[in-house]
Amino acid sequence: MPTVEDYVARIEETCGEEKGVIVTFKYDKKDDAIAKIRKKAQLKNSLSGIIFEFAFRGISFRLFSSGKAIFKGIKSKEAMHDILAALLL
Amino acid sequence: MAYSWGLRNLKNGDEVLVSLMEHHSNIVPWELISKINGFTIKYAKVNNDGTLNYEDFESKFSSKTKIACLSHVSNVSSVVNDVKRIAKVAHEHGALMLVDGAQSVPHMRVDVRDLNMDFLAFSGHKMLGPTGIGVLYGKKEHLEKMEPFQGGGEMIRDVSFRQGREQCDITWNDPPWKFEAGTPDICGGIALMEAVKYLERIGMAEVLKHEKSLTEYAVKRMQECSKVTLHGPSDLSTRCGIIPFTVEGMSSHDVALFFDTYGIMIRSGFHCAQPLHQVFKLQSSARTSFYIYNTREEIDRFIEVLKEIEQV
Repeated sequence: MPTVEDYVARIEETCGEEKGVIVTFKYDKKDDAIAKIRKKAQLKNSLSGIIFEFAFRGISFRLFSSGKAIFKGIKSKEAMHDILAALLL
Repeated sequence: MAYSWGLRNLKNGDEVLVSLMEHHSNIVPWELISKINGFTIKYAKVNNDGTLNYEDFESKFSSKTKIACLSHVSNVSSVVNDVKRIAKVAHEHGALMLVDGAQSVPHMRVDVRDLNMDFLAFSGHKMLGPTGIGVLYGKKEHLEKMEPFQGGGEMIRDVSFRQGREQCDITWNDPPWKFEAGTPDICGGIALMEAVKYLERIGMAEVLKHEKSLTEYAVKRMQECSKVTLHGPSDLSTRCGIIPFTVEGMSSHDVALFFDTYGIMIRSGFHCAQPLHQVFKLQSSARTSFYIYNTREEIDRFIEVLKEIEQV
């Protein structure tokens, strides 16, 4: 049974501006993670083919082709985990 | 310093003087200890361009000032502070001078005797050495008066049990061993020494010259970008190899992750210097920095990506 931890290498809060959370996907799982996110989340905008703006369950986030994403408006670690579980599993 | 020296030497009524451009590591420990000992911390102003307001710093000295703490080089703007000038004023008021050399020692020749600083701290990982190790220089007269920071092996000369009194009489080792309880970070020490030797073989004057050359070139090229705002003083002779910047319409984290996609690593956020960002009236900034291994070709590539970011 896959878990969020199978896909995620690191989760860190940003400092400054509106608080956000940066999620770094595991290198060998990033393509899989990006594909799953693209299926489940609603693509709002694509910038230069590098940044993809998505919306999912009222949360907006930017996914980078490098396998990192910035989520805005996340209230807690548990909420972040729940969003990732819904996107990836 | 805050725990080892401050905890035992500062009391209610005393003052510690720091600047608003300090890294959090030169603010938070003093704030923590002030909550225990009840001394006051005074913050000297920084000008809008990131330079130190020397008049304000010097005006805040009084007979209550016990120690002045100042970055030699800002980790955000790379402004080089005249720590010799501040040390002179500190000593005239009977205060000590602590310099944060984390951003100066790796990048330039620092002469502790000429600058007449009482203490100087710097980190290994900023100068090609390992993480988790750093250096605290102190004048011998101060180190001899100071009590140990932590207790354990090596930092003692003698631990003698007195029967009948049921206690141990302890005498301390000489500095610097007095401050190094337990088995030291041997690997870290050897690795840091090799980093120092490596930099000395290159020559710190050469290191600084290379960084200044790259900084001047990068600033000139970044000024080609209309949506990019550079922060810090325009006089590059007062700066080292760090350039904080913002891109109109993009958060610093988006900028950093965009560069990351191209394998270019820069930093975003407050850079552990939130008060300075308040001075700059910035919610955060992106920061590019250079060292001996960087080249002009890398800056050209950085500018190419920066121009692509402007189009986003």
